[in-house]
Amino acid sequence: MKRLHIAPLSRIEGHAALTIYLDDQGNVADTHLSVMSLRGFERFVQGRPAEELPRIVTRICGICPWQHHLASVKAVEAAMGVTVPPTAVKLRELCQMLATIPDKILHFYFLAAPDFLLGPDADPAGRNIFGLIKAAPDLVRQAVRARMRVSELLEMFTGKIIHPVAATVGGFTKPLSEDERAAMLAGLSEVTAFCLHSMRLAREKLLPPYIEMFREIGDYATAYLGTVRPQDGSLDLFDGDLRVLHPDGAMENFPASRYMDYISEDSREWSWLKFPYLKKAGGLELDYRNPLGVYRVNTLARLNVADCISTPQAQRELEFFRREFGRPAHVVGLYHWARLVELVYCCERAEELLRDPEITGTQVHAGAVEPRAGEGVGHLEAPRGTLLYHVRTNDEGLLDMVNIIAGTTHNNAGMHISMKLAAQRLIDDRGGKPLDQGLFNRVEMCLRAYDP
Amino acid sequence: MATTVIWKSLSSCAGCEISLLNLGESVLDVLAKLDIGIVSGGVRSQRNLEVLLEVRSKVEVLISLGTCAATGGLPGLSNLCGARALTDFSFEQSPTARCTQKPNPAVGGIPAMLPEFTPLTRHVAVDVVVPGCPPHPDWIEEAIAAVLEGRSPVLPDRSVCSVCPAVSAVSGGVSKAPLRSLRAPLGDPTAPLSAMPCFLAQGYVCLGPVTRAGCGGREGAPQCIAGRAPCRGCYGPVRADSVASLDFLEALAVAGHDPAAMPDKPGYLSRFTGAPKPPSGEKPS
Repeated sequence: MKRLHIAPLSRIEGHAALTIYLDDQGNVADTHLSVMSLRGFERFVQGRPAEELPRIVTRICGICPWQHHLASVKAVEAAMGVTVPPTAVKLRELCQMLATIPDKILHFYFLAAPDFLLGPDADPAGRNIFGLIKAAPDLVRQAVRARMRVSELLEMFTGKIIHPVAATVGGFTKPLSEDERAAMLAGLSEVTAFCLHSMRLAREKLLPPYIEMFREIGDYATAYLGTVRPQDGSLDLFDGDLRVLHPDGAMENFPASRYMDYISEDSREWSWLKFPYLKKAGGLELDYRNPLGVYRVNTLARLNVADCISTPQAQRELEFFRREFGRPAHVVGLYHWARLVELVYCCERAEELLRDPEITGTQVHAGAVEPRAGEGVGHLEAPRGTLLYHVRTNDEGLLDMVNIIAGTTHNNAGMHISMKLAAQRLIDDRGGKPLDQGLFNRVEMCLRAYDP
Repeated sequence: MATTVIWKSLSSCAGCEISLLNLGESVLDVLAKLDIGIVSGGVRSQRNLEVLLEVRSKVEVLISLGTCAATGGLPGLSNLCGARALTDFSFEQSPTARCTQKPNPAVGGIPAMLPEFTPLTRHVAVDVVVPGCPPHPDWIEEAIAAVLEGRSPVLPDRSVCSVCPAVSAVSGGVSKAPLRSLRAPLGDPTAPLSAMPCFLAQGYVCLGPVTRAGCGGREGAPQCIAGRAPCRGCYGPVRADSVASLDFLEALAVAGHDPAAMPDKPGYLSRFTGAPKPPSGEKPS
């Protein structure tokens, strides 16, 4: 059996490799998407004081450290029975929004856009951010500037933004001053204008020419997981109930504390990353014709599970998206589209929080927390999907057990199936025609959509 | 001058790369000019080691970027339990694990994990070490400029305390849980940093005395301090030959605390210095 090996996969944030196995006719027999290492944070945090968890797990991801910081602090507080003052909760969500905006700009312009602006068949030596700088220098400079602007605002307020420290067990390290609020509102309005421009550019020009291609090579049905506000089913990235939307439209809502009733994890010989699946399915089948137990997370999943979005411009974008693509939408390239809808939401939600009178409240910490034994779950929606922390402490408040399921882990099965589907659609029955780099890049485009 | 760059991240979180992007628009100019190897992350797997050796063989100047590459950094904490314990938890003990098969480097084509998480210097000669988790863009810029100009980079060589604006005098506020970060710090969090009481004096574990300065860049206050949180040591030891653990216990005593009351000493004192080796006999899993 012939073996094609793509390693490293390019323009993704983690480290992964793809192996495509061809049968004697040159058709795709199987594919393996391999994640190349296990970092093991869950185990080596055992025995550490629980309040250190939010200061350690940031190093799981330098791109989304805020999300690990915040989800873990919520889990420790749930375990030790801490109630956080409302201002601190809002400051945390504000930080999450401000941290998510640069993440989405980074992914769309630096990692995804070269395929759409330069084309999937462009010379791979220039099909990257450097090629993009040559092709669209003004756009790239605007993207770099917008990313920096938000990062600077967040740094001004919280001191440290890559591997943050501002959320502590019990609350937040400092209140937001009126001056800081005004500076953030001013900076945010410039960035929001660029984000709305990006949404329009993607909707009108960059993505439509490729939707048909993604329909042919990246369209299959699975369940989806995301977070919604319990009262109206609207999109929420910071808190709320988890919701599973099944391919037939059936929905199940549950609090994150019950995640073990819904999710189990399997693994395979060829990847260090586990494969979460829907427990009630009874097992996992990595087959796109009958993807048993498979669910997906991240932007497209969140738009699929949400009934609506609470902010006006993002809601209008969601309505347009639903008219065009239905609910649930399965076409993998739509992850990019949904990513930009969420970018609009993050800008609007950040402004909403900044205009909330409570955001400048001065009570930002619950006071002294007594170390104690307990168990709790904290979660939020990270850029790459639902991020779950499950924490058990002992009676000295040291960590006994920490279980983490991160966004890209939830998507492992979905990404794997996308790779096999794209490879089969592109490679099978070519009658001996050569396999060129543009073809392999189209396979990779189906992976990049997940922003792994 | 037409030049090339090899940039590889080994086992890492990509925070070093994001810090490079935070050079802002000047990153677009800097990246066009390099002719050197830059490696971030530590050596976790056989594959990481192969990549490191290959980069070393191809470049004249190798820059080690970030604390993982410099000392083993925070993931070096995994050396406290050993690699086998990491896989046992993930695939067997985790409450959601129902693993019908397990990752298997021998048949699955994935890299074997090495028993320890190690820094670059354990395996190759490194020309320039830029520490930091992440390194401040000022030092990345300085390192690259120095290499292009053929000189040694000028990097910080004093402790975090030497550049910390907090005041050392503290009154009141005795914690019921000694040396735990489970309460709001003393003082008004809206007052200037120069009025903030020293964390160590307040009874927080703050690793400032034994940690290399630089996280705030050339001008700024230490970043965690600016975020009103105690230092956790992310720039590594002040000097390569210092014994940070002993120095810190002494600093605790000088600040009036009982070093014996400090919880989880290995978890704090080797937080960013690449924890010691696992018990002997550990095999790659």
